[in-house]
Amino acid sequence: MSTLHTVNKSPFERGSLASALAHALPGDAVLLIEDAVVGARAAASKTAEMMKAAMPACSLYVLGPDLSARGIPSTDVVEGVTVVDYPGFVDLVAGHDKTQAWL
Amino acid sequence: MSDTKRFLYVNRKAPHGTIYALESLEVVLIGAAFEQDVSLAFLDDGVFQLIKKQATTGIGVKNFAPVYRALGDYDVKKIFVERESLEERGLSEDDLMEIVHEDDEEEEHNSIEIVDRARMAEIMAAQDVILSF
Amino acid sequence: MKIGVVVNEGPYTHQASDTAYQFTKAALEKGHEIFRVFFYHDGVNNATRMTVPPQDERNVQKNWSELSAKYNLDLVVCIAAAQRRGILDESEAKRHGKGEGSANLAPGFRISGLGQLIESGIQADRLVVFGD
Repeated sequence: MSTLHTVNKSPFERGSLASALAHALPGDAVLLIEDAVVGARAAASKTAEMMKAAMPACSLYVLGPDLSARGIPSTDVVEGVTVVDYPGFVDLVAGHDKTQAWL
Repeated sequence: MSDTKRFLYVNRKAPHGTIYALESLEVVLIGAAFEQDVSLAFLDDGVFQLIKKQATTGIGVKNFAPVYRALGDYDVKKIFVERESLEERGLSEDDLMEIVHEDDEEEEHNSIEIVDRARMAEIMAAQDVILSF
Repeated sequence: MKIGVVVNEGPYTHQASDTAYQFTKAALEKGHEIFRVFFYHDGVNNATRMTVPPQDERNVQKNWSELSAKYNLDLVVCIAAAQRRGILDESEAKRHGKGEGSANLAPGFRISGLGQLIESGIQADRLVVFGD
């Protein structure tokens, strides 16, 4: 039973990403969408460390269209985090037993 | 697939500042009629939803906290509260309202179980459907 | 695969409805079945036909209505949440004495109970929640 966790809040503003990562189990996936994508930049050391610590037990993803909309090139994203589009989001939902939104 | 699924309602927000706590409770009450395997999780600021002695007259809003105490009547018996979330906020089990349910012999049992974060993660992982508010 | 979608925020203030729309569209284009899109909390505000956004902006309500028409999507608005926020269909407007022509439910949406959300959880293989 694996879970896809979605996070849509900036980790600089709220604790949703920290909470999601603290409850994700090995084999789970965490997808950053909407404002959460601002936390995916490699140069932001604190949040980058938080995500690196969660890998490789969990796979981390970030929604590309949300990155682009916020002017963040995918080359700026933390190494190991995979950029997906909306069809990729759908595949992640289908590929895990359930989805949990950390609203 | 069987028609009974494990439903977990996840509550992570404090009450009253937004409507999520109240409308989440409304889903739980309606959902009770569907006879699913229901659990409620309270973590992060969601633990404040279960604080006793909530008094809302000062903010001019109806106090729905007593409804939690009636959850046993709706056959909702599993309420998990995260220990770390309580501790981070300087709270303990004593700050929470008492919620009980009756077994078949009409004996009362505590519905609230305080669980640590690792156990909460396991509870979440064991569900079929997770509704977050 | 059968997917249920839940939208918990209204249009424009939050991105939730837009993300839900893009996700739903992508899922349908991939050949998945969307069992139902359920609108709850302020999400019911996606269902008013009275919005008039600037012409060079997306029309969130229209996007949903058109997707519904194209794929025969079941767009369900929670009745309790809708009544709190003034979203009414013909029969609700009449029942509450709101006067002729006051119904504002957009095409493709229907108003029903919270049971439809629970049913979505039971019937769909996956339930995906979008909110704030």
